[in-house]
Amino acid sequence: MTDPLFDYTLRLGDDALILGQRLGEWCGHAPTLEVDLSLSNIALDLVGQATHFLEYAAELEDAGRDADRLAFHRDALAFRNCLLVEQPNGDFGRTMARQLLFSLHQKLLFEALAGSTDERLAGIAAKAVKEVRYHADLAAEWVIRLGDGTEESHNRMLEGFEWHWRFVQELFDMDELEAGLAREGIAVDRTALRPAFDAALSAILAEACLPEPDYPRPVTGGRKGHHGEHLGHLLAVMQHLPRSYPDARW
Amino acid sequence: MTGSGKDWPLWEVFVRARGGLSHRHVGSVHAPDADIALRHARDTYTRRMEGVSLWVAKSADIAASDPTDTDALFAPAEDKVYRHPTFYTIPASVKNI
Repeated sequence: MTDPLFDYTLRLGDDALILGQRLGEWCGHAPTLEVDLSLSNIALDLVGQATHFLEYAAELEDAGRDADRLAFHRDALAFRNCLLVEQPNGDFGRTMARQLLFSLHQKLLFEALAGSTDERLAGIAAKAVKEVRYHADLAAEWVIRLGDGTEESHNRMLEGFEWHWRFVQELFDMDELEAGLAREGIAVDRTALRPAFDAALSAILAEACLPEPDYPRPVTGGRKGHHGEHLGHLLAVMQHLPRSYPDARW
Repeated sequence: MTGSGKDWPLWEVFVRARGGLSHRHVGSVHAPDADIALRHARDTYTRRMEGVSLWVAKSADIAASDPTDTDALFAPAEDKVYRHPTFYTIPASVKNI
């Protein structure tokens, strides 16, 4: 039986780590040098958050693993990230759709988590929420410009959101583990964040001339380690070097 | 964005390093409009705590002096040393003057 707090901290860390890795894939490939820097900055912010969460998780586990060990020597089944963050980048529109959905949710989550009774989690969230506000703001600006841009950019934004709608519900799902921690004031009640998320998203979509979400049946399972095929490929790239050279230092 | 297929316009970036100092020109970014230009400037030039305030201005809106007029504009000041405050001693603790 694992410690619920360890598992919860892992979920928070894995969300940031996997999305950070995904955004890092844009490095050198973004539409312009400036956008390349924007995406890399967000990626680095997220990897920084992941480092804090995974360091804390490693301390909680107290089994001789450190943050690097957790990041680079776990298999896909042991990752606890939501499915949204492991989705392939697609085009720039799809990447921005994913970023808006994730960052809007993460902003609300961290604002609430900053009041957690667990001081470590509260501290990490309070520091990170400033970064996340910027991520949400930048993503919203791009969604608005592309949605209210040319016919092609509008259609690509539509497709970008279409791809991701099915993964939104998982961001707000509560299971026994998180409900228990929420009763102790440690975890955030994700269901309580949904109205604010819906309102913020609606306002941005309206400004972007995009339709309201038409949510299909949700796809979930990430928190239990049931991931799509995409995560394995991501991990292969991310973990290749530390696994091939376990004692390498740089 | 206009979708004309052209490059985004260039914007000059000015950063105020701390309160009390002037904004200084640090470089330029491409961006479709002023709001995105500010964000690009933030991501490009203030990632390491270089600033507390940002300005962007369209490069095309800046009027510049003509290099061929350099002598007419600037040479007459060369022999007017009395225009420089070089006859005062500046306390060592005063910076950014």
